[in-house]
Amino acid sequence: MKRYLPFIIVAVLGVAAISGGAILYRAKLPHLLSIPEDKAISSNPDTEKMHIRGNPDAPVTIEEFGDFECPPCSTMAPYLDDRVNEFKPHVRLVFRNFPLSAHKHAHEAALAAEAAGMQGKFWEMHDVLYREQSTWSKGDNPHELFDAYAGTIGLNVAEFNKDMESEKVKERVDSDHARGLSLGIKMTPTVFINNHELPQEKRNPEGLHGVIDEAVKETSQTKGKQK
Amino acid sequence: MSVVRFRNILYVIVAIVSLAGLADAIYLTVQALTGETLACGGSPDCFRVLGSQYARIGRIPVAALGTLAYFSVFTFATFALFGYARARLFLTLTVTAMFLATLWFLYVQAFVLHAYCRYCLFSAAVTFLLSGLVIALPPSES
Repeated sequence: MKRYLPFIIVAVLGVAAISGGAILYRAKLPHLLSIPEDKAISSNPDTEKMHIRGNPDAPVTIEEFGDFECPPCSTMAPYLDDRVNEFKPHVRLVFRNFPLSAHKHAHEAALAAEAAGMQGKFWEMHDVLYREQSTWSKGDNPHELFDAYAGTIGLNVAEFNKDMESEKVKERVDSDHARGLSLGIKMTPTVFINNHELPQEKRNPEGLHGVIDEAVKETSQTKGKQK
Repeated sequence: MSVVRFRNILYVIVAIVSLAGLADAIYLTVQALTGETLACGGSPDCFRVLGSQYARIGRIPVAALGTLAYFSVFTFATFALFGYARARLFLTLTVTAMFLATLWFLYVQAFVLHAYCRYCLFSAAVTFLLSGLVIALPPSES
């Protein structure tokens, strides 16, 4: 018996490790969110209050909840932009601020993007913030860098600073964040394509292409049937 | 206390310590497989480490290799305890490889990513402890 004991012990541990891992995996497997119809953008088409990239009337909507200090968001940003260009004019991208409290400068960065938006340059600031994320996120005072970025993209810097302090800009960030919380969002980036959350494993150029392609075909078919 | 008894106690401690590392590595592997490391939500520093290119070799999460390594340590320590002659050699080789890998990952966290993940630091501590225990093993009679 003693001869086989080490084999038995190791086998028991192996089974316990695999079972434990499987239970943990099932428990941690993310449950995909959906945007209910009453909260969907199509039911509230106030495009004035949204930041839209691409055709504002596109049938397919990518709604991204992002945090400018979140590294996966900056990785994802160019993928999304490329897909919007690829599927022009069928796709539009809507960005929502969802700064996480774990990120020291994320809220300030969201204010900077919204303040740039007051001068019609939200997406320019969005792009710079993601591109330069590794620089400003490490500093103690990113505001100076935000000013520099504002100057680079052609904003009136004095106006930009005033807007960053304004209630209107704060309200926009808070309203996006509140929308995210009401949808059950906990992490960033969270991306919805026509109100259905994009699964984690599709967060790459190929995965995104497949899901958007399917959504475009689906909407074309629906339109065809309506005609 | 006889040398044999002391050695056997060390093998038992090695096996128990490796279980702590195994639990940590399983947790990190599951995080990588569910895609949690591809999103921000918890500790930003942990994400920087676990979501970086250094956390995967091709498509395989490094944590999965860690799981395998800790399981091997447990296996070899158990077999060595039951007197299997070659188990000790394999145990020493595995722990040496883990020690070197740990040094590399600590370097990456400190000087490349400038961020530390507490789960990785825990794993590093476990590996250093295992290394110490393996060094402390009295030489075998053979």
